Amino acid sequence: MRIHKWLVPTLYIVFLMLPIYWLLNMSFKNTNEILGTFSLWPLDFTLANYRKIFTDPTWYNGYLNSITYVVMNTVISVSVALPAAYAFSRYRFLGDKHLFFWLLTNRMAPPAVFALPFFQLYSAIGLFDTHVAVALAHCLFNIPLAVWILEGFMSGVPKELDETAYLDGYSFWRFFVKIFIPTIAAGIGVAAFFCFMYSWVELLLAKTLTSVAAKPIAATMTRTASTAGYELGLLAAAGTLTIVPGAFVIYFVRNYIAKGFALGRV
Amino acid sequence: MTKTTNQKAWYFVVPVVGLVAFNALIPLMTVVNYSVQETFGDNVFFWEGVKWFEEVLKSERFHASFLRQLAFTGMILAIEVPLGIGVALSMPRKGPWVSVCLVLMALPLLIPWNVVGAMWNIFALPDIGLLGRGINALGIDYNFTQQPVAAWMTTVLMDVWHWTSLVVLLAYAGLCSIPDAYYQAAKIDGASAWSVFRRIQLPKLKRVLTIAILLRFMDSFMIYTEPFVLTGGGPGNTTTFLSIDLVKIALGQFDLGPAAAMSLIYFLAVLLVCWIFYTLMMRNEEQ
Repeated sequence: MRIHKWLVPTLYIVFLMLPIYWLLNMSFKNTNEILGTFSLWPLDFTLANYRKIFTDPTWYNGYLNSITYVVMNTVISVSVALPAAYAFSRYRFLGDKHLFFWLLTNRMAPPAVFALPFFQLYSAIGLFDTHVAVALAHCLFNIPLAVWILEGFMSGVPKELDETAYLDGYSFWRFFVKIFIPTIAAGIGVAAFFCFMYSWVELLLAKTLTSVAAKPIAATMTRTASTAGYELGLLAAAGTLTIVPGAFVIYFVRNYIAKGFALGRV
Repeated sequence: MTKTTNQKAWYFVVPVVGLVAFNALIPLMTVVNYSVQETFGDNVFFWEGVKWFEEVLKSERFHASFLRQLAFTGMILAIEVPLGIGVALSMPRKGPWVSVCLVLMALPLLIPWNVVGAMWNIFALPDIGLLGRGINALGIDYNFTQQPVAAWMTTVLMDVWHWTSLVVLLAYAGLCSIPDAYYQAAKIDGASAWSVFRRIQLPKLKRVLTIAILLRFMDSFMIYTEPFVLTGGGPGNTTTFLSIDLVKIALGQFDLGPAAAMSLIYFLAVLLVCWIFYTLMMRNEEQ
């Protein structure tokens, strides 16, 4: 029975790791070896693909662009979602339930629906091909998500905390910054993690809103794949490097991740 | 928690409403605008009424991709939900392996979607991919770039690989919230593993599973990048899901009117299902 219990997660993790291993394996091969021979590990181990990415500005700028707009989006989303989530968790006000559902509906809007209008909107206000454009566009689905997660965490904090603070003579903002935010720090971490995740993995809008100056790494990859023939090794190396920031972020939030995926309200 | 009525709370919500409305309402109105007009270029538009909506609702192409989308979403939900619960049930609750499991399992969720597609492409190609080679070595003829069934199966498998972890993590969070006392009571009563699952674990999982199904429904209904990179919607139209079809019409053929009408029908369909889910979820919460 005990062995049996270990078996399921182990097999599942092996299943998850196989494609990732294959990508890693490809990234250490040159194109000839990939297309010419089939081997479970690189026979002619090479770092040339990674060297190219770290020395060619069109490649490494892609990473910098992606990280720039992802961080901008995370900061914007979480900081505007904080007061809103507080309002939803503590007060009843005109149209609160409808507003909450309306926010969530934007999480449901297929990006394919919005691609073209977004392009026209951001061109019209002169933000096309900037990091700000992508960061703002990703707010469409990240703000609702951040509000939802933070509201869940805040509802778990008893209201007596607020009342005691006011009795002690705290003003609202002093209470909010000095006491409330530290109390829900885990929730903020989880919300930031989710915003980071969805902004990092999204490609359709990011690609539509940029051309050269703010081109994300994902778009660099697709364009290279179509123009420079089939440089599989390079593509694999670039793909492997996109996994790194995600892995880094997961490591930091590993203790909150289970609770965060339940949006704080199990 | 009892909430106090305070209309000033609106001030806290204004920045969020402003930002989201800017991103949601202006593009949505653009889509609505296109959906009732005809254009021959040069920014000249003619009023067309509901012509495009009728055309889309009657077109076989739309029916076909809508059905494909429904079949795909149904299939991945039917696989991912039970599989996710199963994995979560057999995960360790304590000890150093918990973090290792969680980190490794969450990894696919943070890979950019086009990389997921590209990764599965080189993993499943029959000549250079591990999966493709492996299946062919078993004596089964497999080539997802040419066989519709293989393409479909590969796309489903890719989605299972990509998203089952979300269900696992949610279900695991739900399971961790069950107090030990429940299990001890069940043990004293001599309850079987099945009745522990049926009477204790499943009711506790109801809430998180609703969230999981809701998120998986929304995201799989919008799926675009992964199948586009993996199969390009082919062979033929076998894996052309709604979003792929929409982008083909809107940006490929530049048929703005029909594309906009299709967008709205598509959005409304997602909205309707989510509204039903949300209402049921909120009703459960109030009880």
